[in-house]
Amino acid sequence: MLIRKPAGIRYSEITPPGVYWSRRRFLAVAPASLILAGQAQAGAKLNGVIQSPFSTSEKQTPYKDVTSYNNFYEFGTGKEQPAELARNLKTVPWTISVEGAVAKPKVFDLDAVMKMAPLEERIYRLRCVEGWSMVVPWIGFPLNALIRQVEPLSKAKFVAFQSLHDTRQMPAAKWAGIPLPYVEGLRMDEALHPLAILCVGLYGEVLPNQNGAPVRLVVPWKYGFKSIKSIVKIRFVEKQPPTTWNLSNAREYGFYSNVNPEVDHPRWSQASERRLGEFFKRKTLLFNGYGDQVAQLYAGMDLRKHY
Amino acid sequence: MRWIKSLVFLACLSPAAWLVWKGLRQDLGANPIEFITHATGDWTLRLLAVTLAVTPLRKLSGLHPLIRLRRMLGLFAFFYGCLHFLTYLWLDKFFDMPEIVKDIGKRPFITAGFIAFVLLAPLAVTSTKGWIRRLGGRRWQRLHRLIYVSAIAGVVHYYWLVKSDIRSPLAYAAVIFLLLGFRAAVWWRGNAGTARARTGRVVAAAAQGAGSDPE
Repeated sequence: MLIRKPAGIRYSEITPPGVYWSRRRFLAVAPASLILAGQAQAGAKLNGVIQSPFSTSEKQTPYKDVTSYNNFYEFGTGKEQPAELARNLKTVPWTISVEGAVAKPKVFDLDAVMKMAPLEERIYRLRCVEGWSMVVPWIGFPLNALIRQVEPLSKAKFVAFQSLHDTRQMPAAKWAGIPLPYVEGLRMDEALHPLAILCVGLYGEVLPNQNGAPVRLVVPWKYGFKSIKSIVKIRFVEKQPPTTWNLSNAREYGFYSNVNPEVDHPRWSQASERRLGEFFKRKTLLFNGYGDQVAQLYAGMDLRKHY
Repeated sequence: MRWIKSLVFLACLSPAAWLVWKGLRQDLGANPIEFITHATGDWTLRLLAVTLAVTPLRKLSGLHPLIRLRRMLGLFAFFYGCLHFLTYLWLDKFFDMPEIVKDIGKRPFITAGFIAFVLLAPLAVTSTKGWIRRLGGRRWQRLHRLIYVSAIAGVVHYYWLVKSDIRSPLAYAAVIFLLLGFRAAVWWRGNAGTARARTGRVVAAAAQGAGSDPE
């Protein structure tokens, strides 16, 4: 059999290996970098989000209200200010330093956070200490996924969180009237509870800046201010850490701050709440309706004393 | 004067019109009831301050006809106070009387707001010429000094209700302090004795019905 050498390919048409490999590399890297670029943009879709049995089927608060009625004092104390003033918050690059009483302290970049665990949609009630509430379809993963990665030591009894405090990006912060940087804390068993999540999105999209981008905490059985926004540091500690509102006014805001209709804020009743979008007020539920899941964390504790 | 009065009347009514307009367009934000509560409260305080500014302005500028606007301004302060109180009674408490009574007794900021409002009621009722005549200028004037207490209680109400950013209540406090301070200064200086006769003349003029002018 005569094998003919194929003709017609000139040497000049052959791609040089260097060019060939640079194309391969581009194709390999491009999807990841496009995702990262997408994460910078609030409103970018988050893919592969799974549903959670912890979600409520209650009517969700409209996206517009969830993203225009915010308490984020670093960006102003008015409810509509954060949507405006947080617009240019730089969330890329972003790192979260996880440190303290852990075997494997680590600085996670945003990419590592996004890949820490499968993203879940968690439709939770959010009850603000001011007497209003929302239902928000958060996207995130259990905080305990991060905790497991860093392997807390046995002396770690509490988890302390800290928000970004960048006076250049947050000029309104000087009028916040509360000590900053914003700090919050959970007892270790609270932090390990599957309802407590690190949140990176809402309504199927990357978390808008005014809602605490790029990573915030959501602890649905506690008043909203416990769900700290724009986290830059997580520290595992032995003693109960200071928390911002408690530092600001200890009589009015305790460390636990579990939603409790029986324990009034000294200045107003907590017995009822106005769900945004509703005319009539509704009764506030103990632990914001998550008592079946979390009440045992507080067995034997006097909730009036540990408010 | 008539058209100036009409103009001021319309200006005082415009915040209410603006609220109704925004309400009809569903443009009151995520928490409309909170918006209405804050707006009516703000305008009550603002109009109280404007009412209290009439006398100092007259004295400093010599524009004495300003006095003829004062009753209307005070009544508008009361009007917005009524809207504010009604918002609380209806949209916040849904006329749950035992709850409201408990609230007023138990929560200092509600107590202060309630005092501020209640004190304005007799002033609104006795704002007519008939009542000035019936009470007599001096007694009427003494009664209407309750506006000082009401304004202070109103500012305290606001100060006690904010969570952390006290700039706005402090701004109102500063304005009210200046306006009351002016009166205190006048009283202080006049206390030497000559003022007594002067006040007497003013009260006499007020009682004659041209309008009234308590210092």
